[in-house]
Amino acid sequence: MTTQTQTASTARAGILSAVFAAALGLGIITLAGHVQASALHDAAHDVRHATGFPCH
Amino acid sequence: MFSRILTSALFAGAAAGLIVALLQLVFVQPVLLHAELYESGELVHFGAEAVSAHPELPGMFSDLTRDGLSVVFTMLTYTGYALVLVALMSLAEAQGHPVDGRTGVLWGLAGFIAFHLAPGFTLAPEVPGVAAADVFARQIWWWATVAAAGVAMWLIAFGGNIVSYLVAAVLLMAPHLIGAPEPDVFTGPVPTEIGALFAARAFGVGLVAWVLLGSFAGYFWQSEGKRVEVAA
Repeated sequence: MTTQTQTASTARAGILSAVFAAALGLGIITLAGHVQASALHDAAHDVRHATGFPCH
Repeated sequence: MFSRILTSALFAGAAAGLIVALLQLVFVQPVLLHAELYESGELVHFGAEAVSAHPELPGMFSDLTRDGLSVVFTMLTYTGYALVLVALMSLAEAQGHPVDGRTGVLWGLAGFIAFHLAPGFTLAPEVPGVAAADVFARQIWWWATVAAAGVAMWLIAFGGNIVSYLVAAVLLMAPHLIGAPEPDVFTGPVPTEIGALFAARAFGVGLVAWVLLGSFAGYFWQSEGKRVEVAA
């Protein structure tokens, strides 16, 4: 394994990590801020208003 | 790499989220509770009699379940933001732009613009009871605007030439020129004074929130990196 291919695979692992972390983050934001299921909506109601999400 | 992103984002999101939840309970929640008196019809604006601007409001922390859920969901929301923010920080650092607690402030400002100010510029933070278009349509517009503003912030920070600045300007303005879903008629029962105060408070707390989040995220990203290096 040359240094060059090692660097390339490290870079690819870094991008993959970032993509997975960002996807997880966007999922959490969707769950907390956007999903309209009424239990979630009621629990997160005040936060959604205060954080500027479209609420109802 | 993934665990470094995850760990620093969890620390930053939980810490910033907790502080922000308390700020929201002190500065935003009373305005929201005031508005709800009009939403429920307990108070009527422009009715037969003038209404006091200082009604008896439920005291702070009077509903522990409600406030507790708000704290949990604020921490959750800011942890979500932190995961996106730290993921982008890791990409920037891989391209030779180191991030720490100080530069994190700039990241926080950019995040505030992308996630809070840009969508709120047209879909202003709503008090309960305002008239609004279909929630699904507004959510689509919200996400599209956040995405456009996020790309614009990246271009401004790392583009480095006039073309990227121009593209960023177009991306920032386009959603507002196209326009967000608006209600057909106004039906909001809440006095405009309360609505304006609510929007101002939401933006103000949001700005503090994002500056804290950015700085914490940069700090923990840096310190986690050092810890991993020492361990290795």
